[in-house]
Amino acid sequence: MRGLPWFAKVYLGAVIGTAWALIGHSVLVSARLAPLDWSTLLVLALLFLVCESVPTLLNVRQAAVSVSFSAALAAVVLVGPEGAALVGMTAVFSVRPGLPLVKRLFNGAQFAICGFVAGWVYKRLLGGHPVIPSIAGFDDLIVPFAGAAAVFVPLNFVLIAVVLVTTGQAHQVPLRGLAQFLVSYLGYATFGLLIAGLWTTVNSISAVLVLLPLFVARWAFGQYLAQQRAYDATIAALCQAVETKDYYTRGHCTRVSLASGMIAEEIGMGPERLRAIRYAGMLHDVGKLGVPTKVLQKDGPLTEEEYAAIQLHPMRGLEIVRGIDFLDEAFAGIMHHHERQDGKGYPMGLAGDEIPEFARIIAVADAFDSMTSDRSYRGARPVEEAVAELRKGAGTQFDPVMVAAFVRAVDRDGWEPPRKVVPLPADASQTTTKDHDDPTAPIQVVSER
Amino acid sequence: MSRRVSAANEKVNATIEHGTVGRRAAGHPAAGAAARALGRFDSVRFLLVCAAGVLAAVGVAHTAAAGLVDPEIAIGFGALIAVGELARLTMPGNREVAPIGAAAALGYTLLLDMGDVPARHSALQVVAVLTVGMTAGALPHLAVGRPPKLDAMARRLFTGGLLALAYRPLADGLFGLTRGRGEGWWPPLGVMALLIALMVLADVVLAAVLRAERVRAAFRVVLRDELRSAAPLWSAVSASGILLALASHSMGMAALLVFAAPLLVTQVAFRKYAGIRATYLQTVRALARVTEVGGYVEPGHSHRVSRMAVAIGRELGMAEPELLELEYAALMHDIGQLSLRDPIPGGATVLTDRGQARRIAELGAEVIRQTGVLDRVAEAVRRQCDSCAEDPPQASRIIKAANAYDDLVGGSTDRVRAAAALDRIRLGAGDEYDPEIVEAMTRVIGRLVPARRG
Repeated sequence: MRGLPWFAKVYLGAVIGTAWALIGHSVLVSARLAPLDWSTLLVLALLFLVCESVPTLLNVRQAAVSVSFSAALAAVVLVGPEGAALVGMTAVFSVRPGLPLVKRLFNGAQFAICGFVAGWVYKRLLGGHPVIPSIAGFDDLIVPFAGAAAVFVPLNFVLIAVVLVTTGQAHQVPLRGLAQFLVSYLGYATFGLLIAGLWTTVNSISAVLVLLPLFVARWAFGQYLAQQRAYDATIAALCQAVETKDYYTRGHCTRVSLASGMIAEEIGMGPERLRAIRYAGMLHDVGKLGVPTKVLQKDGPLTEEEYAAIQLHPMRGLEIVRGIDFLDEAFAGIMHHHERQDGKGYPMGLAGDEIPEFARIIAVADAFDSMTSDRSYRGARPVEEAVAELRKGAGTQFDPVMVAAFVRAVDRDGWEPPRKVVPLPADASQTTTKDHDDPTAPIQVVSER
Repeated sequence: MSRRVSAANEKVNATIEHGTVGRRAAGHPAAGAAARALGRFDSVRFLLVCAAGVLAAVGVAHTAAAGLVDPEIAIGFGALIAVGELARLTMPGNREVAPIGAAAALGYTLLLDMGDVPARHSALQVVAVLTVGMTAGALPHLAVGRPPKLDAMARRLFTGGLLALAYRPLADGLFGLTRGRGEGWWPPLGVMALLIALMVLADVVLAAVLRAERVRAAFRVVLRDELRSAAPLWSAVSASGILLALASHSMGMAALLVFAAPLLVTQVAFRKYAGIRATYLQTVRALARVTEVGGYVEPGHSHRVSRMAVAIGRELGMAEPELLELEYAALMHDIGQLSLRDPIPGGATVLTDRGQARRIAELGAEVIRQTGVLDRVAEAVRRQCDSCAEDPPQASRIIKAANAYDDLVGGSTDRVRAAAALDRIRLGAGDEYDPEIVEAMTRVIGRLVPARRG
């Protein structure tokens, strides 16, 4: 709590205070008016606690979408607003070692508030005090339940978002993945409805039956995330292996992948395409291995034949990665990353809009990283100079839209150029004297005729 | 961009086809082997497809003759089965599954009542609904040229039909129990769980028999693999199936709608998982080829070595996770050569001097270790040159033998050359090569080489 801005403290205090007031009110009201079904409440609270203790990280970054949401909504149906508030408050006791007390209190408080408000909405829509739904009454349940879920989710989101904003973590508010977030909440809401709907038949067994597929799904998502991480690490390591041949281009693929991702994000690409372009950026130069080392390292102008060998490398790259199940766009990006806006690039000589979007992005990222890295024939250029070079080439070599997007992204997030190549390589011959990616040192070709 | 790009693609295709001519030539005999396998008659698979076909025909014929009982329920569940079949996915190990369809089929089979009105459909009607639903769901796939795996589909239909035949006759009695005052829903729940467990067991055993026949591996090992891969999915599917049957009691047809969303979460999770696993393997396979494109090894070398290594591993009864690691290690066993300035002439690591080979192995292992997740693969690659006395991991010993064989034989399919290479490797058995592995390799080659001549 210490170190927080005062308005954050006030906010946290207000939320927690409100929640406890609600709880007190609930206990008093239930003592006076409708006695709570304590056994159901206890089972639900236990269920809620179990779910809350194993929060699942779905595919939204930072947003721990917890299964407990289903239990809270089931409580809304089964034990009414007062009971739902009590069930939500048990989040304070969740088994999550290392969670500070303030966070616990706040979690419990926000669940209690959300539960109470959703319960109140549910009661209003149902037009009577909630009871355990009977077989005949199930269809009448759906609309009020949807209403309760529709209030619960935004309220929950806002309460948490305000905390993040006031404590200076505004960037963590998952606005980008909001749609995905809402869809997964919709799924969880349905689970809640299922638990509630089955309560008459087999009471607590319904919770087990509902939660089993859920935990399997959670397990599968966990496996998926682990595989995804392993995959990213593997692809990066293998690409770097391809580069070990050339001392100076180390890390090029990772940085091009990063820069391509920055541009793609800046022009608003969706998550799937974003991932595809990161892979394409990573793999754009694997075909270079098919070019004989002596051509890559040749000092001075190249013969037409040698230049043709260099021109072939995007195709070689495509040939290698073709068996991978990427988006077709990623292949197009690898294939055409050396095309130019004026049509003087290779391998096909496409111009302007004919060049696939991915290729236009990778071209900018590729040239920029080449310029800001050390080469044997020159030192790394400063970022400003490289940006100026990109601007100069916009329209002739690069797509002005992508250049502008990249400049915006770099201005905002900065760019970490590769570390200076300090030690001179022991085997000096293992360096290229030319970099085919460098727009400031174009390849010279001598005509044989 | 349209016309020029398509022209570009054509050109790329030409290049790629040119690049794979060698592989194509090597692949052709494999097609012959497949034809022979068909000729030899895959008995279990054939029997299963026949049995499923007969069951389906009887079910449909009976239902057509007797008329559909409770048509709305049948159509509702049939539609969900069709959706499930449409959303089928391929899990790692080329296992085709349709979780939503399977859960819907379970639900329809187990259904006791719909909103308190007893369900009276017969087992044969369940089979008919299954058949029609699955066919309807498979048609769109067929239309875009993705035929279903016949044996997987037959298995789904067959085991589903068996459960229906066992359970439906009990349905009336069980429903009566839920009306009674006593235990209520507990006895039906127990019966459901028991019969589902038996069905899952039957399904897993069938899958294992089919797989053992297809990949030529020991039944015991395959059964364990199948159990491991089926456990999570089947537990989710059975819980959902029971849930659906129970939910229909209190929610009526609305259960079908409410229930579709949660199962979708499970399905999405599995699809993503299967997708990344497939991409992972494809990527390693693809990137293993950079050594070939760079001229470090002969074209197709990594793939041939990995195929041979996996075949030997199977012969020795390795389980699936180990086989996967073996495959990765075999694919990447030459990746250390990328650190060399110039390719070794001919790329034959077996002929280069020992120190050099070890250094390449070390460099390769270093690259793989960089991934942070493939430590055992890295270890297998690092010790691929060790002699038997140094007691390297089994994967390293397999790769060593497979690599030596491919260095000697290459893409050739000549029987005499294969025999000579085997003889030469046998000379080193006990010292350089593990005798057990050399024996296994001899059996594998004995199966492959005569076929290649055809």
